[in-house]
Amino acid sequence: MSTASLDTASRGPASPGSPSDSVLGRPLTNSVSLADTVSHSLSMAKRGLLKIKRTPEQLIDVTVQPIIFTLMFTYIFGGAISGDIASYLPVIIPGILVQTVITTSVVTGVQLREDMDKGVFDRFRSLPIARIAPLAGALLADTVRYTIATTLTFVMGFIMGWRASGGIGSVVLAGLAVIVCAWAISWIFAFFGVIARTASSVQGISMIILFPLTFLSNAFVPVETMPDWLQGFVHVNPISHLVTAVRELANNGVVGADLVISLIGAAVIVAVFAPLTVRAYMRKA
Amino acid sequence: MTSTELAVDATGLVKTFGTNRAVDGVDLAVRAGSIYGVLGPNGAGKTTTISMLATLLRPDGGSARIFGHDVQRDAGIVRQLIGVTGQYASVDDSLSAIENLVLFGRLLGLSGRDAKRIAKNLLDEFSLSDAATRPLKKFSGGMRRRLDLAASLIAQPPLIFLDEPTTGLDPRTRNQMWDTIRRLVANGSTVMLTTQYLDEADQLADRIAVIDTGRVVAEGTADQLKASVGASALQVTLTDAHDTDAAVQTMRDVLGFRGNPAFRGDQISVPMADADRVTDLLVELRSRGIHLAEMSVQKPTLDEVFLSITGHGAEPAADELEGAHA
Ligand SMILES: Nc1ncnc2c1ncn2[C@@H]1O[C@H](COP(=O)(O)OP(=O)(O)OP(=O)(O)O)[C@@H](O)[C@H]1O
Ligand SMILES: [Mg+2]
Repeated sequence: MSTASLDTASRGPASPGSPSDSVLGRPLTNSVSLADTVSHSLSMAKRGLLKIKRTPEQLIDVTVQPIIFTLMFTYIFGGAISGDIASYLPVIIPGILVQTVITTSVVTGVQLREDMDKGVFDRFRSLPIARIAPLAGALLADTVRYTIATTLTFVMGFIMGWRASGGIGSVVLAGLAVIVCAWAISWIFAFFGVIARTASSVQGISMIILFPLTFLSNAFVPVETMPDWLQGFVHVNPISHLVTAVRELANNGVVGADLVISLIGAAVIVAVFAPLTVRAYMRKA
Repeated sequence: MTSTELAVDATGLVKTFGTNRAVDGVDLAVRAGSIYGVLGPNGAGKTTTISMLATLLRPDGGSARIFGHDVQRDAGIVRQLIGVTGQYASVDDSLSAIENLVLFGRLLGLSGRDAKRIAKNLLDEFSLSDAATRPLKKFSGGMRRRLDLAASLIAQPPLIFLDEPTTGLDPRTRNQMWDTIRRLVANGSTVMLTTQYLDEADQLADRIAVIDTGRVVAEGTADQLKASVGASALQVTLTDAHDTDAAVQTMRDVLGFRGNPAFRGDQISVPMADADRVTDLLVELRSRGIHLAEMSVQKPTLDEVFLSITGHGAEPAADELEGAHA
C-alpha cells in the first residue's frame, strides 16, 4: 500500500462522473445468464474444495468413520447375524455404505449455516453473481465427500474379503446411486441449514431424523428378526430400499425395483426441498 | 445537477428491526468522483444505511439509486457498479489471500489467467505479496483490512463503499489507508465511507453527513460542520464544582453559545466561535466569584459536534457524565 502508484486505481473507471455502461468490458445487465450461473456455481464449488484442502480434519467423518464402522460392525455382529464374517460382508458393506454416506450429507447443512454467518457471505451477496451460486457450489463440493466415503467403504470391504459378484461396473453404479441419493437428501439438511439459527441446531435436528432412519432399516440386520410393527416401518423406509438396491447391484449385478424406487425417491426429495431451500435462501441472501 | 451525476441518490431510506427504527428517513446525495463521509456513533445506522445502498438489505421505506439505477429494481446492475468493504472482514479466512482474490475475480467473470494476474497486482499494490499464500488466520488486523479493500477493487467499480475502513488500525496504517482512498478518488472512483472519527471525515471527505439514531442531523463540508460548532472549544475546570451551573450560565451570557456543554470529569467544554471573547469571559467569571483551576482552548472534537447538533454526546460515556452533572 506504500507503493507510489496504485495500478488498479489508475485503470479506474473510464469516465469519472458518469455511470459506466460496462464493467470489465461487459455490458451492464440486471440478469445472470444460465451459463454464468453454472460458471459461478463451479467457482463456488472450487472454493468448497479449497476449504476441504485447507482443513483436512473436516474429512474425518468420511474417512475414519467408514473404516472404523466397517471393521466394528463386521467383527461384532458378523458371527451373530450371518454365522460368519464372510457371509455378513455382502449384507453389511452396502448397509454401512448407505449409512455413512447419508450421515455425511448432514455436514452440508451445518457448514452452510456456518458459512452464511461469515462476513464473506456479505461479499458474495454484493457481487453481481447468480444468487444461487453459493448454495449450489456448497452442494456440489460435498459430492466429493460422498465419493471419498463411498470409495473407502468399498475398499475396506474388499480388504476384509468381500467379493462383489456383480462386477466392478455394478459396484461403480451402486456407488453412484448412493452418491446421487445422498446429494438429494443433502437438500433437506441444506434447508435446515438455511432456516436454522445456529449450526449446532442443524446438527441436532438432522441427527434426530437420521438416526432412526438409518437404524430402523435393513442396513445392519435381517428384517425378519424384528417385531412385525417395526417391519412395517422398515419396509417403507426409503433407506431400506436404497440398501436393497445397492445389495442387488453390487452382489448380484441386478438392477431391481428398489433402485428405481430409490432414484424416484431422490427425485421427489429434490423436487420438494430444492425449491423450498432456494426460496428460503433467497429470502435471506 | 442531474441524477446521473450522482453516484448515490437516496431519499427517505427507512429500515426497522422489530420496533427499532435503525435507519429513519435518510436522504443522501453523493456526487460522482467525490469522497463522502458518513459520521456517526455506535448504532447510529451507518452499516444499515450502507447495506441498503449496497443491495444487501431491503429498505422498508424510501428509495435509493446508484448512478441512476434503483437498488431494488436494478440490483443486478447496481452490484456491477459497486465494491463493498464491510465493517467486518468480508474475505474467506479458510482461504489464502491470493485464493480469495482469484475466487472473487473468477466470480466477476475474469478468466483464470486474468484473475491471477489482477490478484497478484493487487497484492503487490497493497504490500501483501509476501503473505499471499499464508492462511488468513495469521493476518494482522491491518493486513486483513487491506485485503478486504483489495477484494473490492478487482472489478474497478466506479463506486466503493467502505464501512469504517480504519477502525482498529494503528496511526501509520490508518494514514496509508487514507492515501489509498485518496488515490482511488484521484483516479475517478467515488468513495462513500463511514467513520466514527471527526478527524477522519475532516481529512478525507468532500462532504459529510452526520447521522444519529437513524437520522441525518447535519450535512455539509467539514468546514461548514465545524463552523456550526464554533471554530474552537473552550475547556475549563472549576476550583469548586458547585459553581458549575453559574459558570455555564456565564459562558452562555458572554459567549452566546446555544446547545449544551460537554462534561468530561470535572472539565466543562463549550464551543466558541471567536477565541477573542475568552478575555471577556475570564473577567466576567472573576467578577461573579467563580474560580478556575484550569483553562484551555482546543479544536472541536466529534463530541462537541455531536453535542452541538444533537444535544447529546457521541460516546455513551459522555452521555452518562452529562447526566451525572445535570
Ligand atoms: N440485523 C439486525 N437485527 C436487529 N437489529 C439490528 C440489526 N442490524 C443492526 N441493528 C440495529 O440497528 C441499529 C443501527 O445499527 P448499525 O449497525 O447500522 O449501526 P452503526 O452505525 O453501523 O454502528 P457501529 O458504529 O457500531 O458499527 C442498532 O441499534 C443495531 O442494534
Ligand atoms: Mg457499523
